[in-house]
Amino acid sequence: MAWTREQMAQRAASELEDGFYVNLGIGIPTLVSNYIPEGMEIQLQSENGMLGMGPFPFEGEEDADLINAGKQTVTELPTTSYFSNADSFAMIRGGHINLSILGAMQVAQNGDLANWMIPGKMVKGMGGAMDLVAGVKKVIVVMEHTAKGEPKLLKTCNLPLTGKEVVDMVITDMAVFEFEKNGTPRMKLIELADGVTLDEVKAATEAEYDVAL
Amino acid sequence: MSDRKIYADATAALDGILKDGMTLMSGGFGLCGIPETLINAVKASSVKDLTVISNNAGVDGVGLGVLLESKQISTMISSYVGENKLFAQQFLAGDLKVVFTPQGTLSEQIRAGGAGIPAFYTKTGVGTLVAEGKEVKNFDGEDYVMERGLTADVALVHAYMADREGNLVFRKTARNFNPMMATAGKITVAEVEHLVDSGEIDPDHIIVPGVYVQRIVHVPNPVKHIEQRTTRPRHQVA
Repeated sequence: MAWTREQMAQRAASELEDGFYVNLGIGIPTLVSNYIPEGMEIQLQSENGMLGMGPFPFEGEEDADLINAGKQTVTELPTTSYFSNADSFAMIRGGHINLSILGAMQVAQNGDLANWMIPGKMVKGMGGAMDLVAGVKKVIVVMEHTAKGEPKLLKTCNLPLTGKEVVDMVITDMAVFEFEKNGTPRMKLIELADGVTLDEVKAATEAEYDVAL
Repeated sequence: MSDRKIYADATAALDGILKDGMTLMSGGFGLCGIPETLINAVKASSVKDLTVISNNAGVDGVGLGVLLESKQISTMISSYVGENKLFAQQFLAGDLKVVFTPQGTLSEQIRAGGAGIPAFYTKTGVGTLVAEGKEVKNFDGEDYVMERGLTADVALVHAYMADREGNLVFRKTARNFNPMMATAGKITVAEVEHLVDSGEIDPDHIIVPGVYVQRIVHVPNPVKHIEQRTTRPRHQVA
C-alpha cells in the first residue's frame, strides 16, 4: 500500500497556511487546489501573469485571453490581478510567493532538483521552473518515489539540474522527506505513507537520509 | 491628433523594416496574446534567417509555427517550445538553433533591454547549464549569474486597445510578454483589437505609453486560439 496521486496532493495541501500565495506546477501539484482546507485563504499564482486564479470555466464560457501557465482555460476571482510576465517573475524571484509545489524527475540528498531535460531526447525547455525554485520561499516536490523501478531520490542527480540545493520537502507515494538547510543540506525522513515500512523506503531510495519519524 | 502611427494593414505596417538576419520579438504566451496578423505578414514578406525572441514558438500552422514551416527562422530564444512537432524536427536536424532561457530571465532580459540596462544579476539558473560560460558573482553570501539585456530590431505585439497616440491596454493574461517587448523593439509594431481616439482611454489605465509604439494596425475581431480547452461541469461547485 502506498499513497495515490490524490493522497499525495492531499498531503501537500496540508503544508498550506492561511494567507499563502502559491504557485502550482503541472500534474499532481495541480490537484492540490482540490484540497485547500475550508475557510483558508490561498491565492494561486500563474506565472504567465495572474494572481488569484479561479477554477476551470463552465463549458461555453472559455476565454482565449484567460489561461494559466499550462495554457489551460481558467477563470478570474474577485481577488484577481493581471500583470506582465516580468512583473510575475519579479514576484517569484523577489521572494513574494510563499510556496511552489512542482514535479521532478530526480532529487538529490542535498536538495538538488532535476526536472527539465533528458540529454539526447527532445528538449522542450525549462519554462519558469528555474526561476520558481530559485526565488520562491519554500519548494515542495511531489513525485512518484521511483520511475520504472529505479530510485528518483539519489545521492547526486545525473540529469541536468533545474536548481542547486533548492528543495525543502519531497512528498512521494511512499514517504515525506524534509531538507535541513543549515550548513550542508541533509535529507530527513519525517513520515511514511499508509502501510509503507522503513525497509521498503530504504530499498527504493538511493539517497542517504536521517530517520526522524 | 495625427494618424502618423496608423497603418492600413499588417503588410503596410511592416513595410521597409524587415530584413534578412534581423532580430524580431514576438509577444504572447502559448497562443494567448500573439500578434498573429503581423506574424502572417512576416511570412508573406519572405524575410529569412530571423532570430526570434518569444516565450514559445506557436503550434504547427499557427503563430510562429508558420514561420518555422517556411524555414524563415534560424534561431529561437525561448523558455518552452514543447507544443510544436515541426520545431522538434528542425531542432533535431540541426536546422534551428535554440537558446533555452528561464522564463523569468527572458522577460527580465527584455525589460532590461528596453530600459537601457545592458546586464543584470539573477539567482535563477545558478549551478545549472544556463550559467555555463557566464559571470557568477557573490552578493551578500549568495551566488548570482549575469544575464544580458535583450533588444530587437522590430518588436511585434498584440494589444486589446490602442488610441491613435499608441497608448496600449491589454486584456487579462493576453498581456504576458507584450508590454516589455513593446519597450525593447527599436521599432515596435502593435496589432490592436480596438483603435480609439486619443483621450478615450483613461490615462490612469494605460499600460504601455505611446512613446514605445511606432506603428499600429487595427485588427478587429481577430480569431483567438485556445491550446488547452479545460472546463468543469455546470453542477460542480467551484
